[in-house]
Amino acid sequence: MLIVGIETSSTQVSCALGGPDGVLAASQVNRGQRHAELLSPMIGQLCAAAGVSLDSVNAVAVGVGPGLFTGLRVGLATAKAMAFGLGVPVIGVGSLELVAFPVRFAPCRIVAVTDARRSEVFWARFSGGMDGVEAFGPSQVGSPAELRAELDAELDADGAGAGHLLVGDGALRYREVLAADGVEFANSALAHPSAWALVQVARSRASVSSTVPPQDVHPVYLRQPDAEANWVQRPTSEAPRS
Amino acid sequence: MVVLGIETSCDDTAASVLARRADGTLEVLSSVVSSQIDLHARYGGVVPEVASRAHIDRIIPVLAEAMREAHVQRGDLDAIAATIGPGLVGSLLVGVSAAKALSLVWGVPFVGVNHLEGHLFAPLLEEQDVAFPLLVLLVSGGHTMLLGMFGPGDYRLMGRTLDDAAGEAFDKVARYLGLGYPGGPVIDRLATEGDLSAIAFPRSMLHDGLDFSFSGLKTSVVNYVRRHPEVAATDVAASFQEAAVDVLVHKARLAASQIGAVGMSLAGGVAANTRLRARWAAAAKADGRRAHLPSLAYCTDNAAMVAAAGLWRLAELGPTPLDCGVDPNLSLAALL
Ligand SMILES: [Zn+2]
Repeated sequence: MLIVGIETSSTQVSCALGGPDGVLAASQVNRGQRHAELLSPMIGQLCAAAGVSLDSVNAVAVGVGPGLFTGLRVGLATAKAMAFGLGVPVIGVGSLELVAFPVRFAPCRIVAVTDARRSEVFWARFSGGMDGVEAFGPSQVGSPAELRAELDAELDADGAGAGHLLVGDGALRYREVLAADGVEFANSALAHPSAWALVQVARSRASVSSTVPPQDVHPVYLRQPDAEANWVQRPTSEAPRS
Repeated sequence: MVVLGIETSCDDTAASVLARRADGTLEVLSSVVSSQIDLHARYGGVVPEVASRAHIDRIIPVLAEAMREAHVQRGDLDAIAATIGPGLVGSLLVGVSAAKALSLVWGVPFVGVNHLEGHLFAPLLEEQDVAFPLLVLLVSGGHTMLLGMFGPGDYRLMGRTLDDAAGEAFDKVARYLGLGYPGGPVIDRLATEGDLSAIAFPRSMLHDGLDFSFSGLKTSVVNYVRRHPEVAATDVAASFQEAAVDVLVHKARLAASQIGAVGMSLAGGVAANTRLRARWAAAAKADGRRAHLPSLAYCTDNAAMVAAAGLWRLAELGPTPLDCGVDPNLSLAALL
């Protein structure tokens, strides 16, 4: 079982190859918004370095968000077209789950918090274990203050409890708002969802029931299109039509 | 040589398979276009984020349909071409990312195409014996320009709009008259029932070089309707359309004679306008030039034109590196 993983929903572009025994190779770049320029060459270089031919790939895994729309779409379009071109299925994995996965052994509740721009964060809560993380509650978007209120309510209910481990670039950016007793922050090295985590999660999901044809994998946006703000007075020189 | 073309620069998701035969003739094996007009109509214009989302949902079904219709398999394709600009950045990224991925997994070259050059190839898709120089009027919602085409890759920009594109004027007038969106087809239809000489709208800059201006015409339509609220929309549509077409045809004839054009071709979405097509054919005939009127499907945005331009670019200039980006403001100047 050979899986190509693509995760581009943050400022980081990453890809990885997963084999039967784990991660074969992984690569990531976090430098400006150059997802479209970087991704395909990175996949090509990764395969060459690992001595793997794309023809032998059995599935394409992709982080489906929530995340930054532009990067997310570069990853989705690339993953869908690769799977279509190879005639293999796609395994979509939520990007917040990928942020939580590296801290799955934490002996407390895990909250993946990523930067959603516009002074908001995406978050979801997980419990960890040997095999990975399991979400409880939905993925959400809102202000850091809203997340803080949610955490406070839960800490109150649990008493001192086991506390929360916050992981992700959103947690670090809004650390001052989110810090509290019983709240800890994961290292900045784990700030972004990675394809390295993705191929490990995807490997356990590669059964037929978790894979879909490439047209059936959809991004998770959590936000409606900002129609009024971004409306192009059709058409302008920036938005040529036919 | 069989090329897969992908076009996602604005609000159409399109893919096409194009073959070049041993004798050099082009054959469109398929040309699939999934229009998003229904999604954008309620906003009265293209919403970039809505367009990008629709492209992501539609790109694979459109690719699959283009290959199925063309009866080609993955091993049959020799190159992938995609529009890299100009257009909406989020929309462009979907098509370009998909094209690069296919290039990577199929081990065939990728070639990035300027959307505007794509339009110039429209007449070559259906006629094998197009003679140059050709005068091309590229007229759409985003562009209005006169180009001398001396052969593939050899262009001279002769005139362009200084303000609104012609299609933009159609949309704005239609919106003002409450006719809905998109404006071009509605005005075209209404105009057939109106009197084209009912109102003498101005013919902007008719005697002043080859550049265009349509914002004055749009303003005078608005002013006229404001002063004469009882006027029939059909007469306004017919008179407005006639004024716009008059200017377009008049300047195209001037430009054609300047370069000694053998033929005159229309391209772009407004080339679907029935009055413009009729006047174009008549003008070409009167001047002893060949009129090229590509099918409507090749005038509006499509991927066959992108495949054709890509095929030529690949042969002349080689493939585009996979680390190229998209350029929402890519101009025609890059080709001149
Ligand atoms: Zn166009």
